[in-house]
Amino acid sequence: MHTDAKEKTMKKDIILSGVGGQGILSIAAVIGEAALAAGLHIKQAEVHGMSQRGGDVHSDLRISSEPVHSDLIARGGADLIISLEPMEALRYLPWLAKDGWVVANRAPFVNIPNYPDHGALLAELRALPRAIVLDVERAAAEAGVARAANIVLLGAASAVLELDYGALRLAVGKVFGRKGDAVVKMNLKALEIDRGAAERI
Amino acid sequence: MVSGTPERVVSVDLGGSAGDGMPGNGKNTQRNTYLGIKNYDILEKKLLLLGDEAVALGALHAGIAGDYAYPGTPSTEITEYIQASAPARRAGIRGDWCVNEKTAMEAALGVSYVGRRALVCMKHVGLNVAADAFINSAMTGTHGGLVVVAADDPSMHSSQNEQDSRFYGRFAFVPLFEPSSQQEAYDMVRAGFELSESVRLPVLLRITTRMAHSRAVVTTAPPAPGPAALSFSEDRARWVLLPVNARRRYGELLSAQDDLELRAETSPYNALIPGTNRKGVIACGIAYNYVTEAFGGAPDRNVLKISQYPLPRKLIRRMVESCGEVLVLEDGQPFVEEQLRGLLDGGGKIRGRLTGEVPRVGELTPDNVRAALGLPSAEVNAPSGNVVPRPPALCAGCGHRDVYEILNEVLRDYPDARVFSDIGCYTLGALPPFRAIDSCVDMGASITMAKGAADAGLHPSVAVIGDSTFTHSGITGLLDAVNSRANVTVIISDNLTTAMTGGQDSAGTGRIEAICAGVGVEPEHVRTVVPLPRNHDEIRRVIREEIDYPGVSVVIPRRECIQTLKRKR
Repeated sequence: MHTDAKEKTMKKDIILSGVGGQGILSIAAVIGEAALAAGLHIKQAEVHGMSQRGGDVHSDLRISSEPVHSDLIARGGADLIISLEPMEALRYLPWLAKDGWVVANRAPFVNIPNYPDHGALLAELRALPRAIVLDVERAAAEAGVARAANIVLLGAASAVLELDYGALRLAVGKVFGRKGDAVVKMNLKALEIDRGAAERI
Repeated sequence: MVSGTPERVVSVDLGGSAGDGMPGNGKNTQRNTYLGIKNYDILEKKLLLLGDEAVALGALHAGIAGDYAYPGTPSTEITEYIQASAPARRAGIRGDWCVNEKTAMEAALGVSYVGRRALVCMKHVGLNVAADAFINSAMTGTHGGLVVVAADDPSMHSSQNEQDSRFYGRFAFVPLFEPSSQQEAYDMVRAGFELSESVRLPVLLRITTRMAHSRAVVTTAPPAPGPAALSFSEDRARWVLLPVNARRRYGELLSAQDDLELRAETSPYNALIPGTNRKGVIACGIAYNYVTEAFGGAPDRNVLKISQYPLPRKLIRRMVESCGEVLVLEDGQPFVEEQLRGLLDGGGKIRGRLTGEVPRVGELTPDNVRAALGLPSAEVNAPSGNVVPRPPALCAGCGHRDVYEILNEVLRDYPDARVFSDIGCYTLGALPPFRAIDSCVDMGASITMAKGAADAGLHPSVAVIGDSTFTHSGITGLLDAVNSRANVTVIISDNLTTAMTGGQDSAGTGRIEAICAGVGVEPEHVRTVVPLPRNHDEIRRVIREEIDYPGVSVVIPRRECIQTLKRKR
């Protein structure tokens, strides 16, 4: 279908995860917007309804230079897990490709009585071959953009995404543009904070 | 054939701004001015849309006069998209939340009666509620185009069963579409209105959760002119289903079936794609995507894609006769597989959910489709031993929490008490820490089950129902309870919205007490309280008094949903 021979083939199957209300869909919207501007194919399955009430939520985001058929990512097929919560990153390990990346927020979201030991979660994450674990809430708060912690996480994942950083910036502008310039600026700043995280691994 | 994925995105718009894609003026020009939108380049429009939004936009572009619905996952976003469309609003195109799916279906049939197009949207179990109107709308037939959308929820992500709406299509003898892509969803709604007007029948569009709630790029086609002028069908009698007319209509409906099947045989949405071996796959709706994915875009098997029903018998016969074995892949129940196998099994050639190749329950996934096709699966990481389930829960600060906390305390003094509940956020009261309810069956069942249990001798017999569910299907049950002087205590936990589906308008807001009084509940036994910690003592007392009152009493704890409140700030 895709006829532009100059473009190299690319495919990124991304699982976005977190707890209902944390803001994974904003991350998905920015990546989706950047992918579309790059002329890529896209499918993005979301979770609406009951689980949004504080339950675990995830979104399967598939971008590719070739047509995308399935709305869902197969087990062992995800190139990247972006998670706003450490346990929610680990929930999707069976979907992560053997050489896949995990970019996860370090801070737990504890709304269940039997939440596992935080140290054990972090140890399991750090034992993965390609994992970036950072406290995006703290990073966002220190930079004065506390409300954009989710976009700090996206910035940390940007190097792995293989999307043009300038295109991501434009996408932030488009997705948050309706909320005004101040919100766009805040999110652009958030995007920048941990942009180099992948290189530090 | 199958709609292709667009090659390049010319302009992109995330969902929610339906306004940009509104109908043109019907002239054959690329540059269009309609409903205040200037220079709208209709032939170049590509949008990133949820399946639900593609359905909504298809309906707007088909020139509907109105959309009628009751919210229900995964169908809710269709009507929300139409409501968010400023040009549709300016043009007076309705996007109504109705009291329930039956009233929505009937209103749409009324629009059809006067020659205009209408869309009706509901979740699969909503079609049970609308079934009387739906089945009989095929008996009367339609005049203006009528498309009914049923959004099924295999795997029960947000539902109490995984019934398959295709059975309803066959039961009612109406044509049915089942899109495999968001593009097809858009195209099929438009084709559905054409078909409906051509065969004078309602058309059922069946989508599933993964279609409804997945985004992809949709290319729009030039919109139809706006809603048609009023007109009436010449056959007045067919709308009056007296037995004499109904018998004639039933004959006409049955004799239309050959034509509907012929249309499915030649439909652009059904296609037999030859393979390189003697294995066959019948892929219904989105199953087609999983099959294509499994073979990296080029299946080696003979694939029969089915997206338009009644089942195209000739296409199926051609496929089955040319193949040694045929695997049926369908999301939901084994609707096609059962028909193909028949009662006598058909010699074991037809495989699928009934023969164990595909799990008997739950939605299709790329993984279970690969397994069913006999393809190797990828090497997979073991699940983490640290991960525990994180079930949904009532929000912090939600008024339902106060209600259950108090109810649990009060009912500790009544060991035989049972609490019949209903469908909404408050169903989460079944889970820890509350474990406060004993039933959740269907919309409105709380009040009527409490009445039945009380009739049979239970005391206290308590019902807990939300405000939107009460107006949907609780009022009639309350009238039953009043008429039989049932000894029940009904708690209408009023958060002033339809919260579970994201905060849509609730039909009885501001009138719940008046409705209860109008139904005949004694006004002194309709008690309104504010579920806040400082009022717990008072609420405990009120509930005790009403439990001890031997008759129908209603307690209305009322406080705005914490989610809709947050959004306003």
